[in-house]
Amino acid sequence: MPELMIQVENLTKVYGATRAVDDVSFNVRKGEVLGFLGPNGAGKSTTMKVLTCYLAPTGGRAKVAGFDVFDDSLEVRKHLGYLPEDTPLYKDMTVLEYLQFAAAMRGMASDRSAKRIKEIGGRCGLHEVAGKLVGELSRGYRQRAGLAQAMLDDPDILILDEPTSGLDPNQIVEIRQLIKEVGKEKTVILSTHILPEVQATCSRILIISSGKLVADGTPDELRARERGSRYRLVMEASGTTAEAVKARLVGIKGVSRCEPVRGEDGAHSFTLDAAGDEDLRKVLFRAAVDNKWTLLELHREAVSLETVFRNLTTREEVKS
Amino acid sequence: MNAALTIAKREIRTYFNSPIAYIVLTVFLLLAGYLFFGSLFIERQADLRSYFNLMPLLLAFIVPAMAMRLIAEEKGSGSLEMLITMPVPDWQVIVGKFLAGMALLAVMVGLTLCYAATVMAVGPLDKGPAIGGYLGVLLMGGTYMAIGVMASTFTRNQIVAFIIAFAISFALYLFYRLLPFTPESLRPVLSYLSVESHFEAISKGVIDSRDIIYYLSVMVVSLVIATVSLESRKWK
Ligand SMILES: Nc1ncnc2c1ncn2[C@@H]1O[C@H](COP(=O)(O)OP(=O)(O)O)[C@@H](O)[C@H]1O
Ligand SMILES: [Mg+2]
Repeated sequence: MPELMIQVENLTKVYGATRAVDDVSFNVRKGEVLGFLGPNGAGKSTTMKVLTCYLAPTGGRAKVAGFDVFDDSLEVRKHLGYLPEDTPLYKDMTVLEYLQFAAAMRGMASDRSAKRIKEIGGRCGLHEVAGKLVGELSRGYRQRAGLAQAMLDDPDILILDEPTSGLDPNQIVEIRQLIKEVGKEKTVILSTHILPEVQATCSRILIISSGKLVADGTPDELRARERGSRYRLVMEASGTTAEAVKARLVGIKGVSRCEPVRGEDGAHSFTLDAAGDEDLRKVLFRAAVDNKWTLLELHREAVSLETVFRNLTTREEVKS
Repeated sequence: MNAALTIAKREIRTYFNSPIAYIVLTVFLLLAGYLFFGSLFIERQADLRSYFNLMPLLLAFIVPAMAMRLIAEEKGSGSLEMLITMPVPDWQVIVGKFLAGMALLAVMVGLTLCYAATVMAVGPLDKGPAIGGYLGVLLMGGTYMAIGVMASTFTRNQIVAFIIAFAISFALYLFYRLLPFTPESLRPVLSYLSVESHFEAISKGVIDSRDIIYYLSVMVVSLVIATVSLESRKWK
């Protein structure tokens, strides 16, 4: 087994006039759980469709388990388990029948398939609905059936397109738990447009926006990339206006932005953004003393992953 | 080939789990029965000729209705993506779907064996034309079925798939009817392309390999086009 389970080089996919995926390159190592994060329409599903050999790329190449998705598509598919967006399973089959069908399609021997169906069915909590029609399942169970189907043949790589969309909070926790567990032994790529999802499950994050890869790294690396911090400041300053205070604050070295916000009566509240790594709390405190402001609150927070995501994905939209 | 059989099995079950199979079977049996018993009682003829004579036209309607959902429905619901990302070559998907359609066709044609039984009860049955007729119905139906599968890969809309399949099937049927109005030089070509000219020979009990080759080649060409059409999602 190669160490790089997925290699994507300059992948481009064009639908008519839409560049759904635009020159994207990344690698996924064995054992990684990769979160593919981006707003709706970013190109996540399209990338996954190329990796699962459903669509051919317009440009660039992709290799899965060392095989080219276009030239060796059958080999690629043997190493993959795939859960497409919206889990399109056959509604007129029972869960058990569906899993038996999937096992037969994958050419699994009958004794092994019976054993695996039992094992995976148990892991995905499907035993109680085994005899139910897929079309009658709740969304959560249908998703689990889709996951079970993907994991049936014990593939090295799992590709899951929005595995938790449409689930209620309890179901989301369960599915995430399942994915985390699977991720201990397998290489997993999952897509989502919800940030907490990747924070909860992934060891690495790719952020994609309008078809372009805008970030690639561990959650910590991404936070570190977007340096700087934000401060909340509440003070009493009798005899001056908020405007005057703001003018002083902006003058402080390191402050890149200062916004007055609504706060308590009789007090001035501000949000400050600073670009550097430096901690400005001491400087701000001293400024308050020098100006005879009474400091009521001073709070510093590091950039959240959410801010990183928002900055990266909205910047792109503004550009295009 | 195992995957094709797995697909066929699943597809056959879906046919009989949904009303469409029963509607198609009923319509077909009623029409065929009307024709058959009409000639039996009105013309006092105990044979299968009028039943077989209608088959080229009747099947050109019925078979596209049987085939229209085979791929188009899965395109519409999205399950096709699940199906063709399994480790199975595309041609096996097409063959599996075709085999399922053929199984339904065989059940439908098999049910009309009761007409043959009725004839045998009334008088002696001429074995050659009967065997040839049933073989011809299966070959011709298979040809329409392959065309139907092909049309079903072109669209996600089952009605559109039906119309395309019917138009092609009906054209192949019509060639024979147009013979008297075409120039002499075109006649051999049209006659060769027509489903009916070959069927006419077979249903007389004359089993000629050229007729069988005609049907098999139209089937193969249609199924190859269907496979290419399924793969066309990968064109750059
Ligand atoms: N079959 C298609 N035909 C044309 N455009 C498409 C098709 N599928 C997706 N797109 C477009 O490609 C872009 C990326 O879509 P998609 O990969 O589904 O995004 P995501 O999964 O990130 O929401 C979108 O602008 C979408 O409208
Ligand atoms: Mg998507």
